[in-house]
Amino acid sequence: MNTIGKQVRLGLNGDEAVAYAAYHADVDVISAYPITPQTIIVERLSEFVYNGELDAEFIAVESEHSALSAAVGASLAGARTFTATASQGLALMYEILYIASSLRTSIVMALGNRAFSAPINIHCSHDDAYAARDAGWIQFFAENVQEAYDLTLIAFKVSEDKKVLFPSIVNLDGFILTHSVEPLTIFEDKKEIKEFLPDREAVNKIDPSNPITYGPLALPDYYMEIKKQQAEAFNSTPARIKEVFSEYEEFSGRSYSPLKKLYVDDADIVFVVLGSTAGTMRTMVKKWRKNGEKVGVLSLTLYRPFPSREVAEALKDVDTIVVMDRSYSFGSPGGQLYMDVAAALNKYGRYNRLINAIYGLGGRDFTPEMAEDMLHATKDPSIREIWVGVRG
Amino acid sequence: MIEVRWHGRGGQGTVTSSQLLANAAIYEGKYAIHIPEFGPERRGAPVRSYTRISDEVIEIRYGVINPDIVVVIDPTLLAYKDIILAGLKEDSIIIFNHTDPSNAKPLEGYESYAVDAYHIAMEIIGRPIYNTAMIGALVGVTGIVRLESLEEAVRKRFSGVLADINIKAVRRGAKEVIKVE
Repeated sequence: MNTIGKQVRLGLNGDEAVAYAAYHADVDVISAYPITPQTIIVERLSEFVYNGELDAEFIAVESEHSALSAAVGASLAGARTFTATASQGLALMYEILYIASSLRTSIVMALGNRAFSAPINIHCSHDDAYAARDAGWIQFFAENVQEAYDLTLIAFKVSEDKKVLFPSIVNLDGFILTHSVEPLTIFEDKKEIKEFLPDREAVNKIDPSNPITYGPLALPDYYMEIKKQQAEAFNSTPARIKEVFSEYEEFSGRSYSPLKKLYVDDADIVFVVLGSTAGTMRTMVKKWRKNGEKVGVLSLTLYRPFPSREVAEALKDVDTIVVMDRSYSFGSPGGQLYMDVAAALNKYGRYNRLINAIYGLGGRDFTPEMAEDMLHATKDPSIREIWVGVRG
Repeated sequence: MIEVRWHGRGGQGTVTSSQLLANAAIYEGKYAIHIPEFGPERRGAPVRSYTRISDEVIEIRYGVINPDIVVVIDPTLLAYKDIILAGLKEDSIIIFNHTDPSNAKPLEGYESYAVDAYHIAMEIIGRPIYNTAMIGALVGVTGIVRLESLEEAVRKRFSGVLADINIKAVRRGAKEVIKVE
């Protein structure tokens, strides 16, 4: 392990960790709506700017729609650009999500995953992450506070790379990660990270002395070709993402990959999960293994582009796959992650038994008892969907 | 792994207590997690918070269900036994705030400790902010972190005079807590 940057171990919550990552990335522009459902992330960053520790433009806008619109302009002008939001805020950004990716900006957004209203909730669901899944943003899921910090730094390097040029979302579970304090290791200062993440070299940036058109009109004669180019470019990003994971490992000593597997290779039952619940499931699976259950956990660090081949390869010989969704896709054949996993398996000619487990909506604490309920459900061949830990 | 559950009311520093304890453990190189439980954020509403401390990586992310230690910051919450005693194990201990510790009684036969955090807070801080005296009591009884580590966490959280008076409250809580017989 060849650690280059000097690091320090301390206790931070997820919000502070992400704020430190954006600070260490030496962002130029932070554009954010500072009120609910915003997290503390941008509040911390505004303090760094106010104290003079971070030389950045902090644009406090009047809505999330404007937050992302301003971020698009800043990113196209060549600035290293950061924003953060959650739930309803992401929903209000929706129109601009597609513009940000289709104009090939390099914005990094932290998303403190929270439930959509109604009822008004503000606690953890993955509604917001899933809502952005088709928009052409790279999406990472952090399972703990360390990953929230690391993936934010990784996201800047990925999104600004000339072979990528797509914006990134770093997901961290609302409250469960944003508000919990955990130990993590961060770089001592922003100068320690410069070698991994040098100043941005923007491509085709806005230059008043050399005006070009961004976001032009493209009617039926060209729109489809442009979209196909965008699709090919987006689908080619995982190769570069994996390289950046390796570069970050050399630099920090911490390794990342698109998916994480525990006991998957010889498992009869595998639980597929996103975010902070992965750690709870790993703990449960280790316990069940001692009782002779051949169980495993597969969690995704890279959610978009969806690592279809790797997921299908990992799950191809598994009897029963429980796909856990912290959201509900009304009227769909299953939850959002369930549909991804089913489609990925189908693409590679596999038709395993799938169970969709809906869990943790609106911050419902996911307990060992609920995990036991899921394991129990796998024993009944008639069960294809369960709502875990729900009354009535 | 040691699991702590904190009971208080909004505005009494319940979440801060759990956070300070987790940070103290992290300074010692241990693994720890502080999990606040957010209900409606209102002054006076009952609030719970959880701390886990371990020598190994902590991967679980749910609230503490079967605490080893329960700390009751707000004395009026002692009346709600179903909440305070929920999930306790036979050998769990309870540390509570009581204006007359020498006349306090153990809760339902559990190993109990009491400290007069009210008077400590009023004498040192001048306001009924009980939490730092209660964390001091927890460390005094259990030694799950060193008092110096806790003081370091307090010093990083508060500045100047506020740090000094809270450290005083921590020390008095640690010294004055007694076992209730």
